[in-house]
Amino acid sequence: MQEYLDIVREYDVLGAFWVNIQLAFWAALFSLVLGSILALFRISPIPSLQWAGSAYVTVFRNMPLTIIMVFMVLGAWGQLEFSLATDFDTNFFWLAVVGLTIYHAAFVCEAIRSGVNTVPVGQAEAARSIGLPFVAAARLVILPQAFRGAIAPLGNVLIALIKNTTVAAAASVATETSSVMRTMIEFRPDYIYAIFFTFAIGYVILVTPVGLLSTSLSRKLAVAR
Amino acid sequence: MDNSGSSTTPGSHLGAPLVELEGVNKHFGDLHVLQEIELTVRRGEVLVVIGPSGSGKSTLCRAINRLETIDEGEIRIDGEPLPAEGRDLARLRADVGMVFQAFNLFAHKTVLDNVTLGPRKVRKLSKSDAETEALELLDRVGVKNQAAKFPAQLSGGQQQRVAIARSLAMHPKVMLFDEPTSALDPEMINEVLDSMVRLAQEGMTMIVVTHEMGFARKAADRVVFMADGQIVEQDTPEEFFTNPKSDRAKDFLSKILAH
Repeated sequence: MQEYLDIVREYDVLGAFWVNIQLAFWAALFSLVLGSILALFRISPIPSLQWAGSAYVTVFRNMPLTIIMVFMVLGAWGQLEFSLATDFDTNFFWLAVVGLTIYHAAFVCEAIRSGVNTVPVGQAEAARSIGLPFVAAARLVILPQAFRGAIAPLGNVLIALIKNTTVAAAASVATETSSVMRTMIEFRPDYIYAIFFTFAIGYVILVTPVGLLSTSLSRKLAVAR
Repeated sequence: MDNSGSSTTPGSHLGAPLVELEGVNKHFGDLHVLQEIELTVRRGEVLVVIGPSGSGKSTLCRAINRLETIDEGEIRIDGEPLPAEGRDLARLRADVGMVFQAFNLFAHKTVLDNVTLGPRKVRKLSKSDAETEALELLDRVGVKNQAAKFPAQLSGGQQQRVAIARSLAMHPKVMLFDEPTSALDPEMINEVLDSMVRLAQEGMTMIVVTHEMGFARKAADRVVFMADGQIVEQDTPEEFFTNPKSDRAKDFLSKILAH
């Protein structure tokens, strides 16, 4: 037990988790927006938008996250001079958020599309029959029901996203958990088990409520038909 | 007003053509589901479309507000050809009410919100104006006391009456009914038909796909009999039911009236 107290006192473990939580928060928010737009593209009646939506999903869902993250820092920032802040750490943080967003938006899109499939086609027909144009019908009738049908799959995407924030290490975010863990193991190999379990259990504690919450929400908000 | 006959002719209360179909053809793959359909429905007319399943009557009904596209021909509402897509089509649909077999109430909205959604978002009415009128309409179809509930909490008959109120709230020029009582338990059919009969008496132009002979006799100006994608026969309800001309119609009527 003493070992655990020592490492928590010596290293900013909570601070490291806080960085990952922030990465997850912003990436979740932005990928929800981008993923919803992509889902709209995919269900729209316009072939070129459908094509753009499915092309995005095909490309980014099938690409390793690490590739995107490394590119964000070494390619987008390092070579193409794409910068999001003047401060180094802040810049890397937001580059990581962008990388996480690009990647997870593809999964959000597919989760929402699976939610759209839970909405009977009659709902769209009724919306169109009262004169709602496509975007209004989607916004007022289809998507609200689709989101409620997509809570469980979206929860799974959020769980993956939270864990994937550790890949921000590849985008030079040095204060997040896996980078801090690497430093700790380097300097305190005598505490190797304590270090491992601190982070492993930390993530279990962080992620478990997300799964429980999404399951209970998906039951509670299910659209009665 | 009608000037094609004397004032004693049935249908003399009818106005100018409101829904016109000209040379309409549609295929589902190899199936020629609508074949050279010619049909004119005049303002104030109640038209009942009847026929065996697979005859194309539902497709015909859905084509009129372009929930089904057509391959050939023209459909005009109030003289205006149906637009292909986009805003113009949405505007036209707002003028054509539709009541579905499966009700299709918005499952995530209350009864009241179901009725006010179109008036607020399409007609741009204020929330309070839309709600006042919605409550009047719900009262007219006898479900005002259900206004705060969600569709799944209502019986099928109540849901279908809400669906009628939802369509009426848009002040449509014509209302389409696609087998409105086919998904209902027998004891709920009459409450829906009563609402429809009252609507017909008030002068609403209606195109009703149904097998309800009682409704057709009570409210229809004309019965159109369809089989295999064609309009086989059309006549007044009295004439059609007592004296069908075509073999197809005789055969069909003998089957549904046998019990």
